[in-house]
Amino acid sequence: MGTTAQSLPRLGASVVLPKASLATLLENLRATGFTPIGPTLRDGAVVLDELAKVEDLPVGWTDEQQPGQYRVKQTRDSQYFGYGLGPHSWKCYLYPPRLKLFSLHRSDGQWVMQTPGAVVPRYALIGVRPCDLSAIAIQDRVFLGGEFRDPHYALRREHIFVLAVNCSQASSTCFCTSLKTGPRAAPGTYDLVLTELPEKFVVEIGSEAGSEMLRDTNWEPATAFELGRAAQVIERAERQVEKELRTDDLPRLLYDNLEHPRWDEVATRCLSCANCTLVCPTCFCSTVEDSSNLKGTASERTRVWDSCFIQAFSHVHGGNIRPSTRSRYRQWLTHKLASWIDQFGTSGCVGCGRCITWCPVGIDLTEEVKAIRGKVAS
Amino acid sequence: MSVAISSVELRTPADPMLPRPAVIQAIKPETYGVATFSLAFTDPAEAAAFRFQPGQFNMIYLPGFGEVAISLSSDPGKPQVMGHTIRYAGGVTRALGRLKVGNTVGVRGPFGNAWPVERALGKSLVIVAGGIGLAALRPVILSILRQRDAYGRVLLLYGARTPADLLYRDEIGYWREGGVEVHVTVDLADEHWKGQVGVVPQLFYRIRVDHKQTTVMTCGPEIMMRFAIYEALARRVPKESVFVSLERNMKCAVGFCGHCQLGPMFICKQGPVLNFAAVEPFFGKEDF
Repeated sequence: MGTTAQSLPRLGASVVLPKASLATLLENLRATGFTPIGPTLRDGAVVLDELAKVEDLPVGWTDEQQPGQYRVKQTRDSQYFGYGLGPHSWKCYLYPPRLKLFSLHRSDGQWVMQTPGAVVPRYALIGVRPCDLSAIAIQDRVFLGGEFRDPHYALRREHIFVLAVNCSQASSTCFCTSLKTGPRAAPGTYDLVLTELPEKFVVEIGSEAGSEMLRDTNWEPATAFELGRAAQVIERAERQVEKELRTDDLPRLLYDNLEHPRWDEVATRCLSCANCTLVCPTCFCSTVEDSSNLKGTASERTRVWDSCFIQAFSHVHGGNIRPSTRSRYRQWLTHKLASWIDQFGTSGCVGCGRCITWCPVGIDLTEEVKAIRGKVAS
Repeated sequence: MSVAISSVELRTPADPMLPRPAVIQAIKPETYGVATFSLAFTDPAEAAAFRFQPGQFNMIYLPGFGEVAISLSSDPGKPQVMGHTIRYAGGVTRALGRLKVGNTVGVRGPFGNAWPVERALGKSLVIVAGGIGLAALRPVILSILRQRDAYGRVLLLYGARTPADLLYRDEIGYWREGGVEVHVTVDLADEHWKGQVGVVPQLFYRIRVDHKQTTVMTCGPEIMMRFAIYEALARRVPKESVFVSLERNMKCAVGFCGHCQLGPMFICKQGPVLNFAAVEPFFGKEDF
């Protein structure tokens, strides 16, 4: 049963899938018109890229992460998703680092505007971790939830397919449990979610489209035993999470400590390099670049990622509002953990730990918050 | 099997980042390095549909140079002509200064919220402006003059660095005739100046404020606004009756780019006009 051509699992069902069937699943996505994007190994890191075939996944690889440290290494098993988060997050696809907004050329003394023929691929996001699903939900609020909608984000976002993966291990920099974003994907945020067992996947069907993609795979209904094993895998990941970020006294704690000496201390370590904002799956700041040809008859406007760590970010005539590293780190952390809540009704942090791993000097925001909490005024 | 659709196309015309062409109808030099540009959308339907409230701003775009957020400084009762008093301060505004009547620029807007001119109906008003800050408050004065009887006392406390930097000198007489009590000061006088010398907040010493029914609106350098607010609060004007207009770097004006944040506020959305009671915890906080 289950393997006949017409029969597909119903919404909300859990099935088991042989690992070899992942290839069929990807083929189904391609045949439906999706471009699969997922983790792949490049330059000694697990990064996101187009998956031409299932072998592009870093099968049998894992990673070791520490503040300021990231190393991939081979394992003796053949896990498809046996590694943590790499430096890329899915915002690279939904909110591209560079996006041409329009171009202009002068014709008969008039400017003629052309908007880029905004044709974008339909992305299938393969291997989205629970914390990153939360990050997508947060960027939804930023770009779609307000008075204005970003049509570029909407276009990419509305047509994605999400194949989520529950975590089976935690890195030392992970703290999703503090933010309640993992290690299990929240229902309603995916089309399919996998939990990886050594010899097969346990798959939960989150949408009709998700069910459809299991066509011609050798799925079977999951037994209680298999569901139990899947739950154990996730519980193991949960137990591995060591890092903690207390959030009950946020945002007040940071608002009340804008002059805390810790800001001066962290500024002696912070390089203001903006790495944390680039790897952060929720950071959304951007700027615009204008370029023109030498004759001044054609010009282009491009939206590019920006960072509050860049000095010119706060530039107004006469100077910069935040000239010091202290003021810029304070802006980033208070925005991420405090004012974000006022602005969007949610923390800007999902506990993915990327900003800790990819900080060249290993600054750990959970330690910074602890330090501020440790010596609050009165 | 459903038909394969491998890409999707943007059909939403409503990209808030796209400027619309507008023609420079007039350029009126105001002071050294400051001029008022009168703009009108090229598309007559667009021009006719445009409305704005005092305090709101437009994003003015110059191909190849960039975009700047500039307050509307003209009469909201005549919204088809968008007046912008611009100081040539940066790359974009200096390039604007090289344009001529008949040239086209890009305009998006209006953005931001407004001065509480409705809330102040029936009450007295103290308008405190420093330098180019008066441009953002001029629509308030022009709105009030249209229905002067609907307000109590209206005072304008205005100052600039030197007499030559005073904006709208040709209009201040009309404002006085219309029933606005105008007090002017300069930081640095010349030999022809017969008026007050000193910083703007000191003009509060010359007036009486009925704190129970006065709204204060202020725009200018932040240091000036800070001391103007001290003077207003010292006269027991409640914080809730004090409004400031703040300036921050702005790239998008629609809350996406993140540049204009001040604590929980996006100056482009919750501002630029902010109630002092809301902004106080972050106002004047060094480097914040």
